[in-house]
Amino acid sequence: MQQASADVPRRGLGQSLVAGVGRIAVSVFVPIVAFIVLWAGFIFLRDSGANKLVIVSVAIVWGIGGVAMLYVIANWLTEKLPNAWQRRILPFVFVGPAFAILTFYLLVPAVITGWESLLNADGSQFIGIDNYTYAFSNPDFIVAIRNNVLWLVIGTLFSTVLGLAIAVLVDRSRMSRLAKTLIFLPMAISFVGASVIWRFVFSFQPEGQPQIGLLNAILGAFGIAPVSWLTGAPLNTILLIVILVWGQTGFAMVIISAALRGVPDEMLEAGRIDGASEWQIFRRLIVPTIWPTIVTVATTIAILTLKVFDIVIAMTNQNFNTQVIATLMWQQAFTFFDQGRGAALAIILLVAVTPVIFYNLRQFRGRAI
Amino acid sequence: MKHRLFASLCAGVFVVAACSSSSTPTPATPAPTSGGGGSMAPTEGASATPDLSGKTVTVGGAFVDVEADRFNEAMKPFEDATGAKVEYSGDKSFEQNLNVQVQAGNPPDVALLPQPGGMKNYASQGKLYPLPADIVANIDANYAPGWKESGTADDGKVYGVFHRVNLKGLVFYPKVYWDSKGYTAPTTWDEMQTLMSQMVSDGTPPWCIGIESGAATGWPFTDWVEEVMLRTVGPDGYDAWVAGKTPFTDPTVKTAFQDVLDIWTNPDDVFGGINYIVQTNFGDAPPNAFTDPPKCVLTNQGNFITTFFPDSVQADLDNQVGVFPLPAIDSSIGTPGEVGGDQAVAFADRPEVWAFLKYLTTSQSGESWQKAGGALFPYKDQDLSLYSSKLDAAFAKTLVDAPAVRFDGSDAMPAVVGQGTFWKEPIKVLTGSEDLDTALKNIQASWPSQ
Repeated sequence: MQQASADVPRRGLGQSLVAGVGRIAVSVFVPIVAFIVLWAGFIFLRDSGANKLVIVSVAIVWGIGGVAMLYVIANWLTEKLPNAWQRRILPFVFVGPAFAILTFYLLVPAVITGWESLLNADGSQFIGIDNYTYAFSNPDFIVAIRNNVLWLVIGTLFSTVLGLAIAVLVDRSRMSRLAKTLIFLPMAISFVGASVIWRFVFSFQPEGQPQIGLLNAILGAFGIAPVSWLTGAPLNTILLIVILVWGQTGFAMVIISAALRGVPDEMLEAGRIDGASEWQIFRRLIVPTIWPTIVTVATTIAILTLKVFDIVIAMTNQNFNTQVIATLMWQQAFTFFDQGRGAALAIILLVAVTPVIFYNLRQFRGRAI
Repeated sequence: MKHRLFASLCAGVFVVAACSSSSTPTPATPAPTSGGGGSMAPTEGASATPDLSGKTVTVGGAFVDVEADRFNEAMKPFEDATGAKVEYSGDKSFEQNLNVQVQAGNPPDVALLPQPGGMKNYASQGKLYPLPADIVANIDANYAPGWKESGTADDGKVYGVFHRVNLKGLVFYPKVYWDSKGYTAPTTWDEMQTLMSQMVSDGTPPWCIGIESGAATGWPFTDWVEEVMLRTVGPDGYDAWVAGKTPFTDPTVKTAFQDVLDIWTNPDDVFGGINYIVQTNFGDAPPNAFTDPPKCVLTNQGNFITTFFPDSVQADLDNQVGVFPLPAIDSSIGTPGEVGGDQAVAFADRPEVWAFLKYLTTSQSGESWQKAGGALFPYKDQDLSLYSSKLDAAFAKTLVDAPAVRFDGSDAMPAVVGQGTFWKEPIKVLTGSEDLDTALKNIQASWPSQ
């Protein structure tokens, strides 16, 4: 901001000499000053040993102020251009920074990961597709794919369908607000926190010992021997999916019930007058109207299930054949220090998620226009 | 020859340890002769310590809660003498997170690494600073042979300083119950089998076992196998196996696995059966031996397991707990001791870091923890009488007197085996989703080719 005001007299001087040269000089000078200020701020934040509070305040001012400054300067520069050019360049000025950040933090790392997946453990040697061959010939990985498919299908289906059902039913209840709050509550808990809670549900003690697990305590009350819930595959993966459904149903419900508000009452009334049953109204009128929302919710949860990691680590440490692609990736990269295999698994995961993301984007585009 | 000597000596000391903990509580009182050496270290250290006030050494490690408190307590003399601050932060997934910190360029100044494999890995990446000559000289003077080797990377330089260490292959039992039944400590594997069937006929399963341990789930099984290997193929054969020269598919390894599985998978021999074992934390199973009546009797673990016993037992360790070494299988080999421990390595090259690591080579750095209990130290000049229990003192004496030590094999193997397939594959065998031959083949296949 200071630079801008300091430049005003300079511009006046430049205009009094040769207007064109001045313009160009200012256009070059201002961005350079802005860059120097930002760079100085960065160096200060990186190297300064100042009080933490000071550093934090400077970081906030530098971060927010810096972005604002870049926008103001870029906007001011474009406005100096002839109208035709202005119209052409302005969109890029506003999209540019976001695009640059995405490139730097997402695109570049993805490309680097792709390259690393073709290298050996410490990245010193090119080994072609060996890491991928290893992955697909490893029995643990095959089980992980099966588990990810279970997560994808069961997790997404149940979260969305339950969310939809609850949203529709609860909307008609007098206790709607209370019920929604209760169902939404698990959303506020991290998956690791949820796993801690659910460990007490699935906990197993040998027969004859006091059962501290909810499920086994209930079985015990009926005189049934305790079951070791988490050790038998594939039941254990399905029980882990229950935790995800418990956490995500609230999310689905909230988004879907917002969409339900948008269903015009006149349409439903017209349907009732025409003699449609409540089920027909739901199937033929409500669901088609809010279909884009349902798809968005389902794809969001689908991406989550493909990336699932924390529930598996917190509940079973990926033992008992509960491993998923993400946990194997973490194990390769951070326990075995094999960057190549870790990167290969990351790329496989990325490829698996991509179709869902594309579908989701297409839905968004369809709605925006 | 040297190994033989070590083995027989260990066996000798172990017998003493076993005696000390059985009926007569008096023998094997640690000789206080080493006290003189212990009291010398602080004065020596004080005169040599520079003024480091205002400096901070950040330390990262895998232990938390009580153990972290005791570590901080043990670092006080250093802080008082130098004015430097030691900031310890514990994290149960320390080994995984440390890698992230190292990649990001902000590791702690000093890391306490449980695995020599991890140390070698960081050393080969050039992330660690080798110890200066004066600290290496301290290690030569104050540690039994073997510790320096366990702290040495492939480039032949010494990087690690051992502080708190542990001794494994110890079988703990509730002494009061044991005496009431008139059991005697077995000295051979066969005697142990006889004792186990006697316990079964008395109505109590012999073994308390749990192997859950966060991301490290499975390590207690590997400890059992390593101890059986030490007892069947001896220290030389053990070294060959750990170095990868004897494959996991070798019949001797399969026999060792089978010996352990025979006990673990027999529902009469273990408390709670296999489903309990694989889901129960290694520290939650042993207290079952101290209920009335006990749910199980025997716990094969390292010395550190006493910190997981009920408080009332910990307060009266010498009268409540008895111990014998996991018995010999081959009488010509005896019961070689297996050790483990965190090694401190330097990610920073600053005077206060080296002063701190030097402090860790002195017995002074362990004194408050010796008194608090639950830790052993390898220092030759330590005062054995400071240990809170005679058990600990006897274990420490074994460590100090050993002509050499054998480090925990899975910790010394490549991470992909020692912290990967060797932990995970046995769990599959235990839960019945894989047979032993497949598991051994998978472990061997995972061994890095170079």
